[in-house]
Amino acid sequence: MIASEAKWQDLKVGSRARVTGFRKIGKLSKRLMEMGLTVGAEFTVQKVAPLGDPIEIVLRGYRLCLRKRESDDVRIEILP
Amino acid sequence: MPSQARERRRKNRDSSLTDQQRSLPLPTVALVGNPNSGKTTLFNALTGTHQKVANYPGVTVEEVSAEVEIGETTLKFTDLPGLYSLDPATEDEAVAVGVLRGDFGSRPDLLVCVVDANNLERNLYLVGELLEQGAPLIVALTMTDVAAREGVQVDPHALASELGVDVIPVTAHRKGGARPILEAIERWLETRADHMVVSTCDTQEMQHYTEAISQALARIGIDALRSEIRAAVLDPGTSLRGAEEFPEVDALLQQAREAAAREEFHETAAATRYEWANRIATNVTRREAKRTLSITDRIDRILVHRVGGLLVFLAVMYFVFQSIYTLAAPLMTLIEDGFAWVGSAVSGWLEPWPLAQSAIVDGLIAGLAAMFVFLPQILILFFFIAFLEGTGYLARAAFLMDRLLGWCGLNGRAFIPLLSSFACAVPGIMAARVMPDARSRLATILVAPLMSCSARLPVYVLLIGAFIEPQFGPTVAGITLFGMHLLGLVVAIPVVLVLNRAIFKAHRLPFLLELPAYQWPKWRDVLLTMYMRGKVFVSVAGRIIVTMSILVWALLYFPRSDEDFARFRSEYEQLPARTQALISEDAYLEQRQAENSLLGRFGKAIEPIFIPAGFDWRITMGILAAFPAREVIVPTLGIIFNLGSDVDEGSRDLRSSLQAATWPDGSRLITPWTAVGLMVFFALCCQCMATLATVRRETNGWKWPVFMFTYMSVLAYLGAVAVHQLELAFS
Ligand SMILES: Nc1nc2c(ncn2[C@@H]2O[C@H](COP(=O)(O)OP(=O)(O)OP(=O)(O)O)[C@@H](O)[C@H]2O)c(=O)[nH]1
Ligand SMILES: [Mg+2]
Repeated sequence: MIASEAKWQDLKVGSRARVTGFRKIGKLSKRLMEMGLTVGAEFTVQKVAPLGDPIEIVLRGYRLCLRKRESDDVRIEILP
Repeated sequence: MPSQARERRRKNRDSSLTDQQRSLPLPTVALVGNPNSGKTTLFNALTGTHQKVANYPGVTVEEVSAEVEIGETTLKFTDLPGLYSLDPATEDEAVAVGVLRGDFGSRPDLLVCVVDANNLERNLYLVGELLEQGAPLIVALTMTDVAAREGVQVDPHALASELGVDVIPVTAHRKGGARPILEAIERWLETRADHMVVSTCDTQEMQHYTEAISQALARIGIDALRSEIRAAVLDPGTSLRGAEEFPEVDALLQQAREAAAREEFHETAAATRYEWANRIATNVTRREAKRTLSITDRIDRILVHRVGGLLVFLAVMYFVFQSIYTLAAPLMTLIEDGFAWVGSAVSGWLEPWPLAQSAIVDGLIAGLAAMFVFLPQILILFFFIAFLEGTGYLARAAFLMDRLLGWCGLNGRAFIPLLSSFACAVPGIMAARVMPDARSRLATILVAPLMSCSARLPVYVLLIGAFIEPQFGPTVAGITLFGMHLLGLVVAIPVVLVLNRAIFKAHRLPFLLELPAYQWPKWRDVLLTMYMRGKVFVSVAGRIIVTMSILVWALLYFPRSDEDFARFRSEYEQLPARTQALISEDAYLEQRQAENSLLGRFGKAIEPIFIPAGFDWRITMGILAAFPAREVIVPTLGIIFNLGSDVDEGSRDLRSSLQAATWPDGSRLITPWTAVGLMVFFALCCQCMATLATVRRETNGWKWPVFMFTYMSVLAYLGAVAVHQLELAFS
């Protein structure tokens, strides 16, 4: 299977994904970059909160919680 | 590729500083670093202070300083809120960045950057930014023990040579664990050397501009640092030593600023700096073959489970309040007995002076007794809060609650300030600085005092002990206590909803929160929190109570005359026999005397306000006395309801006095319903000067504290009235 462009909504517990770019750069996406979600960064989905959002990802060796529906400016691909 | 251009800089030490300049400001050392990296732990170890430490990001929200003597020099240490980057996104970060920039005075002379060994890569991002600033820097490597537990080993020497600055491992939570940092600071004091300036993020375009500006400056005789140039490019507010006056420099600067302002710049800059951080982190870290699951992940399987997580959260809260109720009971009896003994002893000595006897036994001792009985509960509550804060569970609770809070326009981050408000709203309100925008911060501030703080605990325990437990048993008593604490949380949700949707029209807020690794709470921290909080309770409460007790006693004792008593006696004789059977003559006389006192006359005049809630003038006076600080109601009621009691018994305990209290017609004054109504009133009312003062400070004006006071008073009044009306409807 090859990596393919994906939506944050498609992420499930255990999914691995990579950041491929940004649709728009705003305050939040700048902060996400500073927290380590830069182009090329890979992460794993560790937990999904009750009701499906937010999610907890493991990124650069630490745990970060964010909301799927707020992260759409970050382009990702799901890794096999 | 990151630029490897390095330059060396040294402070002008042969300088022409005058003596006065030299003696003026103390050398300042600021502790910077990512949130939750251990800055405050180190600060406390260095300075011997007891600032709050807890295992979640965003504990410190203000700048805190303390002076320490090292050898012959006095140093000023400053602890700062945590930072993810030098581009602040929240109020607390803005404070830290402001201090680093020197907005509130002179810049720190030395930075100690606290780096979490267990989270090296992300921590290095900030180190990279600081290295580019060119200010003197020492790295303190913390959490090496946690890292070791997770199978990660960081080599400090390798890290030091990669970064070009000292890297000192510290275990500041252990005794003597901060000494290596002090030694490094002493070494630095001798040389005052700056480190080499490293570029960790420049794009080729930016390198090109920096180089060009540097050369242009050299042509006009200015030898500027690359970090200085970069700072001037990135922050259009800074001046480049006035060189903007030269058209050549100015043009280049403008071009560079335009390039930096373009969106891609940030994208590539962050990515390049993370490449730099990743390279170094990989080079200096040794990882053991990974265990299947770390301890933290295993615990999270249960605590952050989709369904189980919420149940665990409720169970934890229930357990806390049930144990507060049951564990404290035996200690309360002990304290009550102690005060009763003191009361009767003092009462015996003062027999010859009835006025002094009444003032001291009924006023002072009754007031103190009524209050101190609740010390065990306060300590147990703070034990649990400090314990939970130390483990890292609070951040998980915020994660679980985000959806619910998001629905009413807040955000999971607000949950941490709200949970700390269960201890005291003042730090909770300050902690709202971590909120990502001004409106959500304001909404959080405005509902924080709805959380049941420790000062409400005495009121609840008193009323539950007197009216719920005797009738319904200890389990219902525990549930009631839990319910009173849940009430504030539940009421907060519609309040935030209305505030955000109708008043602020706030947008949804982004939610970003780091989950720390679990830790065992440090017992020293937990005990210290209990000790400090107990001390505050005793000294503040003690001080207020001594004054209030005497005041309330005097207002209640005077005027008093034999003629009045004769009048009351004849009144009693004319009462119908049915009423006489319900109330003894002595009790009737005392009650009439109380009503006739200054306090009683005033209370009677305003009694009608609280009649719809089923409160008589005595409870009303208790409520009014409690507006500056809610716990004052307890000693006030203690005095109001005790003054009638036989002084020779010493101070009778307040619970039985309340149970025995009646309306003038002899019916019971406080029913379980009234007790609940009164608790609801206290749960929702903003009776705390300190809270209002803090809100004024945090919002820069009186508008919001006045708003808060009004809406909470209205809610409290309506809540109490609603309970009483239900009572009337059901009986
Ligand atoms: N095991 C271990 N725990 C540490 C160490 N240093 C700090 N801690 C713990 O880490 C947590 C965070 O420490 P703080 O000192 O509050 O961190 P901070 O950097 O001041 O955090 P903020 O004020 O939120 O930015 C607390 O639970 C500390 O007890 C360490 O070297 N080892
Ligand atoms: Mg701190």
